[in-house]
Amino acid sequence: MTDTLQFFIDQQAVPFQPGQTLMQAAQAAGLYIPHLCFHDGLTPHGSCRVCIVEINGSIRAACTTPATANLQVHSETSALRTQRRQLIELLFAEGNHLCPSCEVSGNCQLQALAYDLGMTHYEFVPLDPHRQNDGSHPDLFIEQDRCIFCELCTRSAQQQDHKNVFGIGGRGADTYLFAQADSSRLADTAITAQDHAAHICPVGCILPKQGSYQIPIGQRVYDEQPIHLRGNHRPDEQDATP
Amino acid sequence: MSTDAASTVKVKVATCSLAGCFGCHMSFLDIDERIIPLIDVIQFDRSPLTDIKIIGDCDIGLIEGGLCNEENVHVAQQFRQHCKILVAVGACAINGGVPALRNRYSAQECLEESYLHGLGVVDAQIPNDAELPALLPKVVPLQSAVHVDYFLPGCPPPADAFMEIINAVLQKREPQLDYATRRFD
Ligand code: SF4
Ligand code: SF4
Ligand code: SF4
Ligand code: FES
Repeated sequence: MTDTLQFFIDQQAVPFQPGQTLMQAAQAAGLYIPHLCFHDGLTPHGSCRVCIVEINGSIRAACTTPATANLQVHSETSALRTQRRQLIELLFAEGNHLCPSCEVSGNCQLQALAYDLGMTHYEFVPLDPHRQNDGSHPDLFIEQDRCIFCELCTRSAQQQDHKNVFGIGGRGADTYLFAQADSSRLADTAITAQDHAAHICPVGCILPKQGSYQIPIGQRVYDEQPIHLRGNHRPDEQDATP
Repeated sequence: MSTDAASTVKVKVATCSLAGCFGCHMSFLDIDERIIPLIDVIQFDRSPLTDIKIIGDCDIGLIEGGLCNEENVHVAQQFRQHCKILVAVGACAINGGVPALRNRYSAQECLEESYLHGLGVVDAQIPNDAELPALLPKVVPLQSAVHVDYFLPGCPPPADAFMEIINAVLQKREPQLDYATRRFD
């Protein structure tokens, strides 16, 4: 019928359908743009900013910018790489990201992006948050101090599981994740271990109570392959029942 | 002062463990037989490996562990003064690591839990000998007190990462940590 619609990422042609975002089209074409709060099938959130790209000299989030024909998008520039790395460093400084003792180390998308973007350390003063953890649920544990407030869990619960389970409250340094129950306890929400929302957290905040530390080092998601080749995945993402 | 003339041309390396577990030093020793050719070109100064207690002027200082007490800060400053290149080695040095798990609590709460109310404590009392360095309120990264030139992440960093940093200094080039040698756990 008509000519294929396309735009360009770093000179490479990317076909798209009307209505797709830059991120959706890039993902469909097998091109990786670093991201944390984007998940195909959920409404875009545009909060982590890790997916920043440059278009005509201005910086946009690829996950919220609609694709338009013949757009010239720059993604893998050294300036963007540095800015993305600094965003990751900020996320590390804002949470308690002590990877050696973390259940999801090796399977964590924040950590994998840090590896891929060349982060070795950060100079930002750690925020050292001390938020309320929640062990009330029989199958799930909430380790709040690692939350990056991407709201994948809130969107997944609403849009995939059709439940209100999580919410984000507070502002700035006092932002926190809460369970949508009068008691604020996860056990008093409708979430189950089979829900999509129980298998979507990109970091070690919503954790299964059973089965941690069982994948040997070497076989974890990001042990061998960087995230730009492997994509954003969790080892248990198949365990969510549709 | 050293009287060994040959040693003056060797690259001098100092190492120490601050708020760490010595695992990083163990990993350094995992270079195994690669230490033999290294002995011809490097010489250890202050290090738990030599038991030299006072640091002299060095080319590289490798610091394992973050800063949890006043003595740690003092040693870090001494290393900075005496080392041309200072390297933060391991997760503890870089962001506090496992010891920083105590940052949820005050130093006083930690002392009370360990020495007064902890399981199996007998003759409960908080040690207060004047020789004991005071705890810092929080465990903090090395780079919060001194300028750090290079960072070797990992808990511990693999032996190959130690080899790379030493080879880079010997060859007067920037170290290159590849994907496998740049881990946080
Ligand atoms: S959530 Fe990820 S980045 Fe944070 S401590 Fe765990 S492994 Fe490290
Ligand atoms: S709990 Fe996980 S998925 Fe939910 S907002 Fe926090 S980091 Fe994102
Ligand atoms: S980084 Fe790991 S191995 Fe090194 S001192 Fe800290 S706990 Fe020990
Ligand atoms: S993935 Fe685009 S802002 Fe988070």
